[in-house]
Amino acid sequence: MENLELLVPELFLFVWALLVLMIDLFSSKRSAEVPAYFSMAGLVITGFLMVIFQHGGGALWNGIFVADHFAFFFKIIFLGAAFFAVGSSFGVVGRMSHHRGEYFSLLLLSTVGMMFLASAKELITLYIGLELTTIPLFVLAAYIKTSRSSAEAGLKYMIIGAASSAVLLYGLSIIYGLTGTTSIYQVTINLSIHWLAYGDVGPAFTVAMMMIIAGLVFKLAIVPFHMWAPDVYEGAPIPITAFLSVASKAAGVVAFARIFMGMFIAFSSNIMAPRDWGSIVALLAAITMVVGNITAIRQTNIKRLLAYSSIAQAGYIMVGVVAANTLGIASISFYLFAYLFANMGAFAIVAIFADRTGSEQISDYAGFAKSSPVLAAAFSVFLLSLAGIPPLAGFLAKYYVFAAAIQAGYTWLVILAVLTTVIALYYYANVIRLMYLTPDTNPHHIIPSFPAGMVVILTVAGVIVFGILPQSILELALNAATSFAF
Amino acid sequence: MSYSYPLLSYIVFMPLLGLLVILFLNKEKHSTIRWVSVFFSFVTMILTLILLKDYNWTTHEMQFVEMHQWIPALNAQYFMGVDGISVPMLLLTSLLSLIAIVISFNITKRVKEYFVFFLLLECGMLGVFVSLDFLLFYFFWEVMLVPMYFLIGVWGGARREYAAIKFFLYTLFGSIFMLVAILVLYFASEPHTLNMLEMTKLGPSFSHGIQVFTFAFFFIAFAIKVPVWPFHTWLPDAHVEAPTAISIILAAVLLKMGTYGMLRISWPMLPEGIRYFSVPIVILGVIAIIYGALVSMAQKDLKKLVAYSSVSHMGYCMVALGAYTSVKALAGCMFQMISHGLITGAMFLLVGVLYDRAHTREIAAFGGIGKKLPVYTALMVMFSMASLGLPGMSGFISEFMIFIGAFPSYPILVGISILGVVLTAAYILRMVQRVFLGEFDTAKWGGLTEINAREVLAVAPLGLLTLFIGIYPKPLNELMRATLENIVMLMAR
Repeated sequence: MENLELLVPELFLFVWALLVLMIDLFSSKRSAEVPAYFSMAGLVITGFLMVIFQHGGGALWNGIFVADHFAFFFKIIFLGAAFFAVGSSFGVVGRMSHHRGEYFSLLLLSTVGMMFLASAKELITLYIGLELTTIPLFVLAAYIKTSRSSAEAGLKYMIIGAASSAVLLYGLSIIYGLTGTTSIYQVTINLSIHWLAYGDVGPAFTVAMMMIIAGLVFKLAIVPFHMWAPDVYEGAPIPITAFLSVASKAAGVVAFARIFMGMFIAFSSNIMAPRDWGSIVALLAAITMVVGNITAIRQTNIKRLLAYSSIAQAGYIMVGVVAANTLGIASISFYLFAYLFANMGAFAIVAIFADRTGSEQISDYAGFAKSSPVLAAAFSVFLLSLAGIPPLAGFLAKYYVFAAAIQAGYTWLVILAVLTTVIALYYYANVIRLMYLTPDTNPHHIIPSFPAGMVVILTVAGVIVFGILPQSILELALNAATSFAF
Repeated sequence: MSYSYPLLSYIVFMPLLGLLVILFLNKEKHSTIRWVSVFFSFVTMILTLILLKDYNWTTHEMQFVEMHQWIPALNAQYFMGVDGISVPMLLLTSLLSLIAIVISFNITKRVKEYFVFFLLLECGMLGVFVSLDFLLFYFFWEVMLVPMYFLIGVWGGARREYAAIKFFLYTLFGSIFMLVAILVLYFASEPHTLNMLEMTKLGPSFSHGIQVFTFAFFFIAFAIKVPVWPFHTWLPDAHVEAPTAISIILAAVLLKMGTYGMLRISWPMLPEGIRYFSVPIVILGVIAIIYGALVSMAQKDLKKLVAYSSVSHMGYCMVALGAYTSVKALAGCMFQMISHGLITGAMFLLVGVLYDRAHTREIAAFGGIGKKLPVYTALMVMFSMASLGLPGMSGFISEFMIFIGAFPSYPILVGISILGVVLTAAYILRMVQRVFLGEFDTAKWGGLTEINAREVLAVAPLGLLTLFIGIYPKPLNELMRATLENIVMLMAR
């Protein structure tokens, strides 16, 4: 019997998710608040358990499940995203008469999946983690049963999710066929031996690599595999959209990093290998930044705007992935950490606004600064952080990613990336313009509920504090990166 | 040299303290908010005067240095210090900010937000002039954009939204090139550093390609701020649409950040870059001088005229910067930066005063104002003369120094740029003639009131300094000399 202590946080959250279901069944108030607060408590406790059981590191079952700094860092992001998503869900779940417990329970189960994924160093475990992450999200996207667009979002997400999983799985099976193992560590060794012995690894490898890239970038909504994202983001309940855009994206990045930077690192650039994934991903990143940002300009629905903005953000993350060095992993880790606060915060405001006014139209934000100055100021802070304006966390995140890419020699990609940030500023500033510069046609003096207000306060604090004093987080991110040991 | 207490941090963050105080004030208490802003920017100015008092004039070494670890993971330090080119800019910034706050008393719309944004802007501007770490510099450089966007966009003229977003995007477009250049230099330096002084030492060791490439990228960022022709198109929109106080700040301080950046960063750090690009830079300067003057001549709007005259006047700075071997030319550039700050700041202020009363800035609408508003006219004529470079005023000193300094290197180009002086005289005198002399329309302008005491008080220090520098330029020259000599030496590496 191996030391299962390492698994305590995951097991705890899994059990807690089931408890949330039960609590809802027996709670007399029949309101959203009991299971929601219960879920938030569970997430916080899981965080503490992680510090106790996983901070020291360790591995289980011959390295199938590892608790390295990289996994630790991303689990914090997943837990944070889930916490903020639950915090902004009180409105949407409160309006439903049934299935309140299921909502929170599924959210927690998806988080458990992500935590497994982050720790997986074996292809099948990684795949199962990915599935456990996404299947609850299909249901959650379709949660508002009375809404056609929500049902459409769920269905679309499920079909695309299943198809991309199939492609990914096919690619992984070819790797298994080539190397005879599913351990990431062993695959690297076997591929290197093959590479050293024959100078090439054959066309099957190229096919596998392409399929894995395609499968994963579908999940990451990278252009040209992004078409599903705006529809799903628009139809799903707002907190779920937020969770999808942050946690699910981070999970995709983790899978990408584990497979490509952990396993195929020898094939990251065309100097080292003729069949490299670096230039393909660089190209995808470039297209994603350009298309995501340009398409965002024309959006009139705030959720769609943030959907396209998150597509573009994924492009910036891929710039760090392309760098494929220690700085690259550290930078994408920090990027997602900064993105967690800015994006969850922005969606929290959108949720608060929609809970009160029922509107998701950007034009309805006109004069918002006059009627709700604090919320408008917070929203501006989030948008400016997403645009990458100092002293907010989003700026340092971009700076760090660009630094990694320049160190790796991708100066052209960085120049393109910084140019697209100017486009990005245009549409973010457009929302700020409406809030501050246009007259108040339809005053909405909004006072958020306690949990939603708390989410906004925490995320604003995160965006500002980690923008000015990021050292502690950067150290964690660097530790996370060194656990890859290039 | 270190100092007994962190004076520079006090200077930079004093406006931020004021901002925090204002955040807790009731937004209906307009006069409290105004006086709190005046108080904090006044304290800031007093602190800069203390800085001047304790500044050692004989050395180019950084003084009042503050260096702390900030983000070790990025090699970024909280590193501040001042030398002979930053001290005058700090004085200019703190003085003009105070004046702009005093002149903003007539803002009645969203008063609290206005002063919050203004103080944030002041903090950013002061920070740029003391930062010696690239990341810190970039932070302050960008932090200013957001308040500036709001200040133009909310309190500006008819086309304010367009002007605000154009300013925001245009300057961001410039800064991102600086960001790339910073990163390229960071990875080129060994050991990697963001310390500007270290980087200046390492500069000549970089390959020709890196120096030229990063120089060009820095140049785009700084040239947009200056603005150098053909990057100037944001300026007329922003200057004209901005409220008076913000036009003053834009002209007097913001534009100087571009030339300051060149003198602090790209010129001494990348000597191969300036050698490679010096001739095109002078040519751009000459084009700006002539083009700005010609366009000013065609303006019907008083504020637009002053705005385009800025393009022309900043052209002299570029000519001086192109003549990088001459201490005199660089001193002329610094003189021009300060003198343009004082004069154009005052011009925008006075145009604003007239606009508040007449609600138009159209030159053709006026005539014979001199009879009705003698004090106002005297002030305006005085600054107009300063602007066209009348001897005895600061504008003359700076242009003269630039011509003398740059002539040996570029006799023909400097010869052409002297033509600009004639053109400047032409549009300034024509404006003075059409607005202040001639027939007075009593029916139309009979109700105009004279400039009030608060406004005279605001413009007086600018006038006195313009005269002081014009008559006795030696102290300012002495203040900067050691630093400028060092910069010229660094470029000769």
